[in-house]
Amino acid sequence: MTDKTVIKGGVGEAIPHDSATLHVSGEAVYTDDIREPQGCLHAYVLQSSYAHARIRKIDISECYSDGVHAVITAADIPGINDVAPVFSGDPVFAEDEVFYAGQAVLAVAATTRELARKAAHKAVIEYEELPALLNVRDAIKAQSFVGETCTMQIGDSTAGIEKAAHRLQGELEIGGQDHFYLEGQIAMATPQESGDMHCWSSTQHPSEVQHLIARVLGLSDHAVTVDVRRMGGAFGGKESQASLIACIAALLASKTGSPVKLRLDRDDDMTLTGKRHPFHAAWKVGFDEQGRIEGIEIDLAANCGMSADLSNAVVDRAMFHSDNAYYLGNARITAYRCKTNMVSHTAFRGFGGPQGLLVIENIIDEIARYLGKDPLAVRKINLYDAAGALENRCTTHYGMTVEDNILPDILARLEATGEYARRIEDIRTFNDRNRILKKGIALTPVKFGISFTLKMLNQAGALIHVYKDGSIHLNHGGTEMGQGLHTKVAQVVAAEFNVDISRVKITATSTGKVPNTSATAASSGSDLNGKAAQAAARIIKERLVDFAARHFDVEKDAIRFEKEGVRIGSQLVNFAELVSHAYENRVSLSSTGYYRTPKLHWDKEAAKGRPFFYFAYGAAISEVIIDTLTGEYNILRTDILHDVGNSLNPAIDIGQIEGGFVQGTGWLTSEELYWDEKGVLKTHAPSTYKIPTSRDIPDDFRVALFDRENQENTVYRSKAVGEPPLMLSVSVFLAIKDAIAATGKGPIVLNAPATPEEVLRAITKARSAS
Amino acid sequence: MKNSDTGSFIVNFNLNGKDVKAEISASTLLLDLIRNTFNMKGTKPGCNEGECGACTVLINDVPVNSCLYLAANINGKTVTTIEGLSCNDGSLSAVQDSLVKNGAVQCGFCTSGMALCIKALMFEYENLVNSKLTGKKPKLTENDVKKWLEGNLCRCTGYVNIIKSALELINNVERKSG
Repeated sequence: MTDKTVIKGGVGEAIPHDSATLHVSGEAVYTDDIREPQGCLHAYVLQSSYAHARIRKIDISECYSDGVHAVITAADIPGINDVAPVFSGDPVFAEDEVFYAGQAVLAVAATTRELARKAAHKAVIEYEELPALLNVRDAIKAQSFVGETCTMQIGDSTAGIEKAAHRLQGELEIGGQDHFYLEGQIAMATPQESGDMHCWSSTQHPSEVQHLIARVLGLSDHAVTVDVRRMGGAFGGKESQASLIACIAALLASKTGSPVKLRLDRDDDMTLTGKRHPFHAAWKVGFDEQGRIEGIEIDLAANCGMSADLSNAVVDRAMFHSDNAYYLGNARITAYRCKTNMVSHTAFRGFGGPQGLLVIENIIDEIARYLGKDPLAVRKINLYDAAGALENRCTTHYGMTVEDNILPDILARLEATGEYARRIEDIRTFNDRNRILKKGIALTPVKFGISFTLKMLNQAGALIHVYKDGSIHLNHGGTEMGQGLHTKVAQVVAAEFNVDISRVKITATSTGKVPNTSATAASSGSDLNGKAAQAAARIIKERLVDFAARHFDVEKDAIRFEKEGVRIGSQLVNFAELVSHAYENRVSLSSTGYYRTPKLHWDKEAAKGRPFFYFAYGAAISEVIIDTLTGEYNILRTDILHDVGNSLNPAIDIGQIEGGFVQGTGWLTSEELYWDEKGVLKTHAPSTYKIPTSRDIPDDFRVALFDRENQENTVYRSKAVGEPPLMLSVSVFLAIKDAIAATGKGPIVLNAPATPEEVLRAITKARSAS
Repeated sequence: MKNSDTGSFIVNFNLNGKDVKAEISASTLLLDLIRNTFNMKGTKPGCNEGECGACTVLINDVPVNSCLYLAANINGKTVTTIEGLSCNDGSLSAVQDSLVKNGAVQCGFCTSGMALCIKALMFEYENLVNSKLTGKKPKLTENDVKKWLEGNLCRCTGYVNIIKSALELINNVERKSG
């Protein structure tokens, strides 16, 4: 029996994704599916074959033939040849020099994509090859950086390490990751009257695409409109990278006067656009008999590629998460932002957080192995204090107080439900009895800071219209990439008006409706846009209440929005009827809504402040089995307990957790990016770049939500969920390490990703001393 | 049938229950024929090298990557795309309905291919069930389902609910009476 007082699709209900019915029937329209305007041309981008070279000559005379409408290079850009999101240095097309293998040199618009591709490859480009920096060690040696090297510190790390009873040091290599959104990068630009431009772009950041199209065309922002209804996945890869594709389409559209669509081939997409940053970490730690950290120093070196892009913020977030869940006391975290001749690495779900978190989790694991203790015991002893504890072990290395730590409760519950202690014993027995196959287990927590670390970006807008018939048009600055943001925001609006969600129409994100938006990123989509939409709905509601009080001559507090209709004193008026009355009596039924996140402050010079509104928490136990002859492995079981505050939609949240975990597992296991000695990416298609398949997920996969509301005043006390679960996959990496440790007494050296080859290398090393 | 002036062919085939014909060139891919000539946009270009499965269609009830399939080979065959999976009255078929109800869809870009691949599994399984002499249904494990789906990549969901849907559908397969 359904509760008649509850609306359909309200907050907290596990309704399916708003587009699910369209997705399964093939009717959902992605950018490539939009009916092409008459005369639409197709574009192709010619890329550099060298990681670093001087361009001596570009000869495009052979490119033109019937059907080829335009061939453009940097010289054809009417505005500024730079699509950098924050700083500068991301040219649309290379000018005198190419800075990575894969960089765009020119683009062609022709009647078909095939013709454009053929034409582009007829261009003759003379290069003079120059020495290239292809790793962080060489970049540091050459002092080649995209941003300032900076440090966050608390206490005295040197003294802390020296005074400690035990000391360890080590290094860790962490690979990057390709986003592998199923829908590749795409945009379709159509020229408008008086030189204006319209663009459908598969982007997480329409406002930035708008601004950058205006910049390359030499227009004002108001001359450009960018729309996006949905993306076929993004994961950070369409935060800053989508601009290049949209700008090339817009430049060609402007040049030819025709609509132009640019859809990258998969191989071109993977070589042209940036990925998760590869990192190198070197660390030193001092600790006591129990494994409690007394001093720590971590040097992070991020391979940022050829330009700054978003790297400064990415590396900041890696530094912010170098504590993960642990009180470091005396700590110094330093990070180098290395400039190399590689594609400019960019946002990817977690945004540097995963790399920082993996480093400290690996250190804790090393401490436990050194002391011969259970890593979980070492984790627990280092946790930040729970809220209200007496000791002052809750200040981070960037000066923020952790006020909402719920990890002690999460760990305790997961340890019990995941039968951690029993399984440790079972695994020990198994490993004693089996020579070839070895098992391993790890329980790792996640604490992830929620907010853009650049304070300015923590704002959002929404636009709601209520039409005369009582139907509601919802628009906000967030974009839909599959994460269910539009569904959640519509649930919020339905709940505010207390109407069924079917009354709320979700509409495409458009720079013409909500301006100056931030990227849908940093897991902040529903926090920011949910609050903005709620604000807009409340403004309209207030007007309706004011009107109803006058019109029906009742007190305002006698008016309530109920499921059956609006209760006005003793009578019940249908929502649509009230709206219609309000219109007839000249009440505005449209409103914007606005939200800015409170409590944030950051002192860049001191590297201290409160960059996050709150933290999202979670933990996972993973158990793996490895084949010591081949290095192959299986995840036998994963238990996850994750904190989403009061869930806006439990079905969507659990989907984010499962998907995030599996994506993170791909990053740490099978997804190996390989660049050759010339800096050319060799893993540029799914034939060679291996994301997890249905057979790579845990055999037994149990996911539960931790049931506690957000103590901060977020929308319905929910928490962000996009990125945090990705880092639960660290449990898989450390479980593999645990299994390797059962093979021998030698050093356990495992770098990420732990491909079977890497596991086999680690086993060989572990056995070398036994 | 070949037009010697343009090098184009005519192919006749059955698309989602309708007999159709199309003029193609020797290099036309089935994916492009479906999307561009027949304007059915539910079949998705994912990697265009036969690895991701987003472009999966059924040819004579068998899943095929349409990005690697030359349209010239389609003559006389039966093609089912995602548009053909819905019921005749436009309502969702069991496979589609199950994917929606189980929350097996996030960005949706792999969904057409996934749905058709599951449909093909059901065909296989139905044949298996009905080919047995005894009344007992053959067992299909979760691992069998995972193996069947491994050619269809999903970057969002972690596959959990897709596998759950497929298993539910398989369990509901009934032996045809008579």
